Amino acid sequence: MNATHRLELRDICIQLGDQVLVELDAEIGPGEVLTVMGPSGSGKSTLLAYLAGFLAPEFRARGRVLLDGQDIGSLPAEKRGMGLLFQDPLLFPHLSVAGNLRFGLPRSVGDKVPRVEDALAQINLSGFGDRDPATLSGGQKARVALMRLLLSAPCAVLLDEPFSKLDTHLRHEIRRLVFDRLRAAGLPSLLVTHDREDADDAGGRVIEL
Amino acid sequence: MMLRLAPVLIVILLVAPILGGLTMALLPALGYLPALGGESLSLDPWRALFAEPGIWRSVAVSLASGLIATAVSLAVVLLYLAAATGSRLDRWIRRLVSPLLSIPHAAAAFGLAFLIAPSGLIARLASPGLTGWERPPDLLITQDPWGLSLIAGLVIKEIPFLLLMSLAALPQLDPERRVAMARSLGYRPTLAWWKVVAPSLYPLIRLPVFAVIAYASSVVDVAMILGPTLPPTLAVSILSWFSDPDLDMRFMASAGAILQLGVTVTALAIWWGLERLVARLMGGWIARGGRCQGETGLHVAGKLWILLVTVTAFVGIAGLAIHSVAGFWRFPAALPESFTSAHWVRALPSLAGPIASTALIALVSTLLALALALAALENEQRTGRHPSRALWLLYLPLIVPQIAFLFGLVVMMEQLGTRPTHALVIFGHLLFVLPYVFLSLSEAYRRFDPRWSRLALTLGASHNGAFWRVRLPMLLAPILTALAVGLAVSIGQYLPTQLLGAGRITTVTTEAVSLASGGNRRVIGVWALVQACLPLAGFIIAIGLPRLLWSNRRAMQGVP
Amino acid sequence: MPIRLLAAAAPIALLLSCPVAAAPDPTDWEAVLDEAHGQNVYWYAWAGDQRTNGYIDWVAGRVEERFDIALTHVKIGDTAEAVSRVLAEKQAGNQDDGNVDLIWINGENFATMKANDLLFGPFAEALPNFALTRPEHNPEVVTDFTLPTEGYESPWGRAQITFYYDSDEVQAPPQDIHALLEWAEANPGRFTYPRIPDFTGSTFLKQALIALTDEDEPLYAPVDESDFAAVTAPLWDYLDALHPHLWRSGRQFPATGPEMRSLMGDGELSLAFTFYPSEPAAAVADYELPPSTRSYVLDEGTLGNVHFVAIPYSSPHKAGAMVVADFLLSPEAQAHKQDLDVWGIAPCWMSPASMTTARPSSPWTRATRRCCRQAPCNGHSPNRTPAG
Repeated sequence: MNATHRLELRDICIQLGDQVLVELDAEIGPGEVLTVMGPSGSGKSTLLAYLAGFLAPEFRARGRVLLDGQDIGSLPAEKRGMGLLFQDPLLFPHLSVAGNLRFGLPRSVGDKVPRVEDALAQINLSGFGDRDPATLSGGQKARVALMRLLLSAPCAVLLDEPFSKLDTHLRHEIRRLVFDRLRAAGLPSLLVTHDREDADDAGGRVIEL
Repeated sequence: MMLRLAPVLIVILLVAPILGGLTMALLPALGYLPALGGESLSLDPWRALFAEPGIWRSVAVSLASGLIATAVSLAVVLLYLAAATGSRLDRWIRRLVSPLLSIPHAAAAFGLAFLIAPSGLIARLASPGLTGWERPPDLLITQDPWGLSLIAGLVIKEIPFLLLMSLAALPQLDPERRVAMARSLGYRPTLAWWKVVAPSLYPLIRLPVFAVIAYASSVVDVAMILGPTLPPTLAVSILSWFSDPDLDMRFMASAGAILQLGVTVTALAIWWGLERLVARLMGGWIARGGRCQGETGLHVAGKLWILLVTVTAFVGIAGLAIHSVAGFWRFPAALPESFTSAHWVRALPSLAGPIASTALIALVSTLLALALALAALENEQRTGRHPSRALWLLYLPLIVPQIAFLFGLVVMMEQLGTRPTHALVIFGHLLFVLPYVFLSLSEAYRRFDPRWSRLALTLGASHNGAFWRVRLPMLLAPILTALAVGLAVSIGQYLPTQLLGAGRITTVTTEAVSLASGGNRRVIGVWALVQACLPLAGFIIAIGLPRLLWSNRRAMQGVP
Repeated sequence: MPIRLLAAAAPIALLLSCPVAAAPDPTDWEAVLDEAHGQNVYWYAWAGDQRTNGYIDWVAGRVEERFDIALTHVKIGDTAEAVSRVLAEKQAGNQDDGNVDLIWINGENFATMKANDLLFGPFAEALPNFALTRPEHNPEVVTDFTLPTEGYESPWGRAQITFYYDSDEVQAPPQDIHALLEWAEANPGRFTYPRIPDFTGSTFLKQALIALTDEDEPLYAPVDESDFAAVTAPLWDYLDALHPHLWRSGRQFPATGPEMRSLMGDGELSLAFTFYPSEPAAAVADYELPPSTRSYVLDEGTLGNVHFVAIPYSSPHKAGAMVVADFLLSPEAQAHKQDLDVWGIAPCWMSPASMTTARPSSPWTRATRRCCRQAPCNGHSPNRTPAG
């Protein structure tokens, strides 16, 4: 979790028909958060979909995405090593809390039980392993979602307005937790948001679309 | 790779047999059938067909009963959804949809016939007290020349189907929010539903509606029990020509089969025209902005009709159940003179074989259909492409009347040298099971939030992993419902089983139909109940299993 | 891929085109028995009656024991299903590997199958047990639908139009066709007959025609040699007079004999008829008809009918089918069939002594005895009489 990674976005240009939606050239270092801001419809989500490997076929994209120097632009989504945090925590409703965390762990990880226990302890949810995710509070869900992401050992993280649906009093706390964790793990992160406070808390560079 | 092949495979599997079968019907319709000495093409079969007395009346009854039964069924379903959503009646009806759906068509028709006949249950309950009848009145009720009882029988069976399809499609429209919004603008709730939900719901259930039209305009078994007799509906006439001892009638029967296809297509075309008309009228009605007028009427009608239909269906089945244990039952006694288990005891030893055979055919054909449907849908998701246009061909078996191509299909299969094995029957069932499974599943599958799979992929799961570990378990409930629908469809098949199995493959349904030819209502009662119980078991599993599995997963309980 | 498919299909095609062993010669019965050994015989038979089904089950058990033949009753709702099957096989060029080995067949179905060369034969007269039917005294076992069977079908049972009524409601049932009209006028809506072309219904019309016409000869001559309109005129007059007094005023008719029976059970009719003298008793035992049901035959005699089995030309198990047909004629099979608890069908060609094994107390024995005394009167059917 403390390896260092670097994400480079070289001359990215995404088009829908003749209309250019996003143009971007940036480099994100280990533990750094780059914030992309813009109103809805500005192509933020399209950018994330492109980076994660889910771009719908009607869009055209140019440019190169380098992760630790390797071009991942042609890799399928599951091979890119890009973690994604959505607006909603999206805990799998058919799995328990522990099951959700276990889903994040790569298959190669041997003894998963202690890893999951340890992860729950880190987010102050010890003993919650068997719980139905639907019974957790909003903050607890967000923490489980973050931990699941970290357990999957991504090389870079994409954040899609992950705090916009949280209550105000929680938002700040969760933001701190997320950014601290990402930084501690040395992960380059790209945050898209329309909330200025998100950008402030992230503390990194901000690009306006 | 295998996934890419799925849509192609589906289309070939469904289209080839139908086109082949239709060709084999078209040739004799044009006088070519060397086995009976028809060596050259001619229009004689058509001349004979149109010279048949009452042919146009048959055509008219088929057309009218198909369209009216569909219109009434759709109206009752929409009225109910508009009036009753969220009420106690609603929860009650939703629970009854599946059992209603699992009653075989023929059984429901027998049940209705016994209910409304002059010597039926209603007359018995009302006599002699209210009516003074000591003997059944000499009234023409069932098999009336206008096809009213036929329409009633069809309506009873088609409402549950359309209701199930509507309930599957509704969640994506978020009707509660729409109605709430309209109510905040001053519309009364039922009117609000009609004005803001119904117009969006209809396009989603259009295909099932078309399937109902096609079915209702070409149905054989229900029409034989409840339909007019002099002349009968076109489909029944065709079947009787095909079974006429005079083999030369086969030419005319084949021409009739092609005419039936024309009648069904005409019914669909008329409906298409009616759609335009209603859309325009609805548009005007919505634009006028009336907020209260008609609310009470719509509301009451919505609850009343569905209640009437449900009660009728269940009382009809109850009548069959009573018959299955009845001793002699003299008119106008409300109950049989004695009860006996003799009918069941006699049937039980012969149940095992047909049940095993039915279960085998139903399970294999439904699982195959499910695998194909899932493969096609998953392929759609992965390639991110819109539903393949060729997939509408999937619904061909629902639109082309069975009677138009099955006889031809048998000849084709004989020419290919296939033997009437379980495998061949399973293939035949697949033709009809696959469209229904696809119809039941596609809405839920396409609506499934794509973020779940994306999330799984970004967490390092493969496409297959995401399918097996996320999509499949999360869609368990709709998948099981589709399975149950598929099982019910397969279990109810008579003609495909009997024709492709050369009569050697005995299922509960073939057994029930051949015994029904003996007209013994007690035996019919026993077999109809057996026939209804099998799909019911499927529906109980489909509803119960997810509840059991997800008893500790609150968010999975509400998934449709 | 297509090439591989073809390669796989080729041996199958060869196999199919291979001439199968020549059809067995019924006159060499020992060889037939040898060949029948171990065969699976598929008997397509109407299955609307549970007693008949039970009897066929019993036959299956016996032929398995005695001849090592596995007999399967393929249950069908209409004989035409089996005819269609054989026809489809012929259409597809399947000459010797058909699905149907034996059909319970009668009348028109037999006539058309024979006319279209869909039947194997002649075989019936070569069956060892056929002599027991004493065809020289019982011409009806070698004629069906006025057509000589010429050995293309073998008899296995006999039916006779039998009337039945509820004795609680009807004191004096009509004894001839004229009395029937008077009775119907007095009891409107209490009688009907099955819709043509139903077998039972057309037989009723034949019965009426025979009773109404003064001269019988034209009825037994081909239609084109006699004046159809003149000969049948009394029938149409009769039906015109009868129909207004029928059930539903003659606007609707039951589809089949069994449907007519359930109308009796429901109390909609007071008088009905059947082809199976044992049917009313069986229906009483099955609670379908009231215990007060009685049966009788008309004074002027009623139409008898023998039912047959035939073997399609494409049957791959002709030897087995012949052995089954022969067993059906055996004294064992015929005696078992008479047992009222089994089926109660009378084998009219057997000695009257064996007839009395049927329970004497039952109300229809009178009818069955009579059926044996009466001369057969297989009627000629005017082509396709229009439905009422």
